[in-house]
Amino acid sequence: MKSTSPSSAVLTPMVEARAINKSFGAVRVLTDVDLTVAAGEVVVLIGPSGAGKSTLCRCLNRLENVDSGVVLLDGEELPAEGRALARLRTEVGMVFQQFNLFAHKTVLQNVTLGPIRVKGLSAGDADRQARALLDRVGIADKADHYPAQLSGGQQQRAAIARALAMQPKVMLFDEPTSALDPEMVNEVLDVMVDLAREGMTMVVVTHEMGFARRAADRVVFMADGQIVEVGTPETFFTAPTTDRARDFLSKVLSH
Amino acid sequence: MDVVLRHLSAFTDGITTTLELTALSFAGALLIGVVVAALRVSPVAALRGVGTVYVETFQNTPLLVLLVLFVFGLPEVGVIFPLFTTAVIVIALYEAAYIAEAVRSGINTVSIGQAEAARALGLTFGQSLRLVILPQALRGVVQPIGNIFIALTMNTSLAAAVGVVELTSAANRVNLLEAQPIPVFVGAGLGYMVICAVAGLLTGVIERKVAIVR
Repeated sequence: MKSTSPSSAVLTPMVEARAINKSFGAVRVLTDVDLTVAAGEVVVLIGPSGAGKSTLCRCLNRLENVDSGVVLLDGEELPAEGRALARLRTEVGMVFQQFNLFAHKTVLQNVTLGPIRVKGLSAGDADRQARALLDRVGIADKADHYPAQLSGGQQQRAAIARALAMQPKVMLFDEPTSALDPEMVNEVLDVMVDLAREGMTMVVVTHEMGFARRAADRVVFMADGQIVEVGTPETFFTAPTTDRARDFLSKVLSH
Repeated sequence: MDVVLRHLSAFTDGITTTLELTALSFAGALLIGVVVAALRVSPVAALRGVGTVYVETFQNTPLLVLLVLFVFGLPEVGVIFPLFTTAVIVIALYEAAYIAEAVRSGINTVSIGQAEAARALGLTFGQSLRLVILPQALRGVVQPIGNIFIALTMNTSLAAAVGVVELTSAANRVNLLEAQPIPVFVGAGLGYMVICAVAGLLTGVIERKVAIVR
């Protein structure tokens, strides 16, 4: 899809998760997971529910604390909760399944909050940047609306604009289309495909196999808290090597 | 009711003092209450502990006891305030415990995703609370805080017991001269009713005005 040479992947891992272990109480969610994402690479995490995809995604900006293992962002280890972590998080954009737009703020205010309060942009600059981003995701006319006045697809595009406003090095998408009505899925996926084409480093948890085929550089298949298979979309979808992956694909691609 | 009219200036002075006592102690209670609520949801265990001890202390002691303790206790440790100031401080500290609990319940109604989105943007815990969580939490607890305001208005009458000449105390003084408790205290009661009725109406207006579009 994009021209990320393998050598650059080795030289500059944008995100590196090493030996991640994570349990919720007695339930083991992630077991010794390693994941490296190169700059400009689009990695799609797929797998059955309960596989640990979302948890892994949330560990990458420490919304979820790992029990053991390290996460490096552009070579820098994510510290414990505090100011240093807050600063590193500005470099990781996150898009949630439930959008999580700030309900008491307009779309424009949602997009300008981070740049003004965290990056110290002037209100005027933040405003201009936000309007340009809203235009880019196709909802410039909704700038002064409140989130509840928007459709799900529009809310998710606003949420993407909000994340992009921080000019992140990486974008994490945690099932960005799972809460959407079917007819709104594509408007969000189109924005994501554009982002991928522009060279954004992306980690995407999704059940949209079409998106994985169109935009992924690598598909990472997870099951039972472990990475089971990794491959290009072509090889993964046409010739999966593990039984788990074959079984999963037969279920999701059968009709 | 002409006994009230004969002593009108005593009543209006009393109402004025009651209003001042109410406004100042409510402002203090709101400020302290929000801070205590923030302590109670802090990620730092020690701060949560401080918040809990605060609420348990002031919610579980009668206001009258606190008033007497502060009025007689503060001078013992060399702190001498006018009676009115001491009453404002004590009522504010006491009602803050109730405000804190109302605000905390409001914080609990804000979905966890709002806080996650705030953190994911790089806001610190304090910023998340101040810019994202509290503005939504407070909008949801206008009504309970209005109720606390009304309770606080009534509670200012306890300041009479430690010598602050507010509405109840003024009524009591008039009654000592006139010995007509029914009209005198009906008059005082009407004064409180008017203040609280206005507060109730305002609460409704504010609640509608700040409501979040959902």
